[in-house]
Amino acid sequence: MRWFWIDRFVEFESGRRAVAIKNISLVEEQMDGYGPWLPLMPATLIIEGLAQTGGLLVGEHNAFQERVVLAKVGKAVFHRPAMAGDTLTYTIIIESIQADGAICKGTSHIGDQLHAEVDLVFAHLDERFLGVDQFEPADFLRLLRLLRIYEVGRTESDEPLKIPDHLLQAEQEECSTFD
Amino acid sequence: MPTKEEVFEKVQEALMDALGVDDDEVTPEATMVGDLGAESIDFLDIVFRLEKAFEIEIPRSELFPEDILTNAEYVQDGKVTADGVEELKKRMPFADLSKFEANPVVQDFGNLLTVNDLCRYVETKVGA
Repeated sequence: MRWFWIDRFVEFESGRRAVAIKNISLVEEQMDGYGPWLPLMPATLIIEGLAQTGGLLVGEHNAFQERVVLAKVGKAVFHRPAMAGDTLTYTIIIESIQADGAICKGTSHIGDQLHAEVDLVFAHLDERFLGVDQFEPADFLRLLRLLRIYEVGRTESDEPLKIPDHLLQAEQEECSTFD
Repeated sequence: MPTKEEVFEKVQEALMDALGVDDDEVTPEATMVGDLGAESIDFLDIVFRLEKAFEIEIPRSELFPEDILTNAEYVQDGKVTADGVEELKKRMPFADLSKFEANPVVQDFGNLLTVNDLCRYVETKVGA
């Protein structure tokens, strides 16, 4: 099972704020077993979607050279259930970003309605975690393209966001292995 | 300029929010790690909340003197030397290091920081 809990980014302001959407569909596996005859989107997977939005926003700030992990969920408040057919709009705002991690505020909206509020703390894995690789670079770039980060992304000075060289290089190296 | 009581109240609130503890648990003598259950990731959250609440900047090394605690010059056989303790006192004049000085095991250092130490640190920053 794929573990992508957001479908695409619609806004991406480097180092500051990102907005991503998640469309909930009745065919998805998690809608089946959560509650008998009550297909609700599980809150845990909403938090995961917000964490993926935030994690990529925080990661991009250092051109994906730091390994970003979700370290703490400070608060998670849900104001209403999320059902099949809903589009969840996740907004993450970076409140603070330091060498060892970042603090973010997340909200989910269904249309104009506030659906959830989640506070997230991310950590950068340091030298105690040598040899832990999160993503294969060329594969990761494919994911970033799929999520449209570089289509909608803007830098802090409002220029189009550029793909980091190390990811492009990995992609080119992979292509050179194809016949 | 905030009073000592105002500093304590804001520090208490920051710790309650970051650690999910009740106000009656956050006493001046409570240790951050032992009594309040703070873990290393919580300190990132706590520092952020304190910086926001008091509009100050908290350089990490002022609260967490890792450079002293990992310096071979100041640590021998898992214990901080007398010179090392002097350095710690200089770096952290707001902290009560008397308990640590009696048995300066490096591993124990993090466990000794109290709510009071944190309040006194903030007081030095805001001039209370």
